[in-house]
Amino acid sequence: MAKNQTGETVQVDESLESALESVDAAEASVLGVAEAVGFPEDELHRIGMAVREAMVNAVVHGNRYSARKKVRLKVLQAPDHIVISVADEGEGFEMHTVPDPLSEENILRHSGRGLLLIQAFMDEVSVAKTEGAGTEIKMVKRLAPAG
Amino acid sequence: MSVKLTTRQVGDVTVIDASGRITLGEGASHFRDTIRELAAKGNKKLLLNLGDVSYIDSSGIGEMVSSFTTVTNGGGSLKLLGLNKRVKDLLQITKLYTVFEAFDDEAAALRSFA
Repeated sequence: MAKNQTGETVQVDESLESALESVDAAEASVLGVAEAVGFPEDELHRIGMAVREAMVNAVVHGNRYSARKKVRLKVLQAPDHIVISVADEGEGFEMHTVPDPLSEENILRHSGRGLLLIQAFMDEVSVAKTEGAGTEIKMVKRLAPAG
Repeated sequence: MSVKLTTRQVGDVTVIDASGRITLGEGASHFRDTIRELAAKGNKKLLLNLGDVSYIDSSGIGEMVSSFTTVTNGGGSLKLLGLNKRVKDLLQITKLYTVFEAFDDEAAALRSFA
């Protein structure tokens, strides 16, 4: 498979339905690649959780379960890291409009912690509006150096 | 597997033993309904045993927080028991360890309601 300039190869590039079943499917796809990279069990758990949160954001808040909208999942593999991209076709959002879930006035809110968990579990996280409409969450996780 | 919840009464404390996954969908809604039902029946002292819970996502955390608010607003208290490392990590990341009173030992948890 062709490598890009950072030595990454595309392992997964799929279009998923805006349904909760897609959350499980995406987690399974990503973990298959993450296991091949060699992440230990605890890190696999964190990667899986970050993917689930990103997928829930895309399916529930982005595409609002619309049958006409898809979620695009891309996974790039490199020897020492994995790059995961989850893009929806929703209306998009600005990061600065997301309430801080750690502030005193928001700590007891029912929702709004997904992005916080993604940022805690992954090494790099970026959120961008996609071309046209929608939001892409891109996440990078690096393998800890041996020893 | 979704979440499985069983309740038992120890004195005036209702212990809810949870196992499985508390995640968006069936797991989180079953969890919410069970706690609300217990609160509506007048149970004021609730101890949620998460010892056999393998996975909680942000929706599950949201339901735990909502349950806490429901029970507290009704004059009761909801405390946690048997958190594994992953759940403890979640409470640290979300700062909810400042909200929930949590115990490793059931006897100590039960005594705390006295």
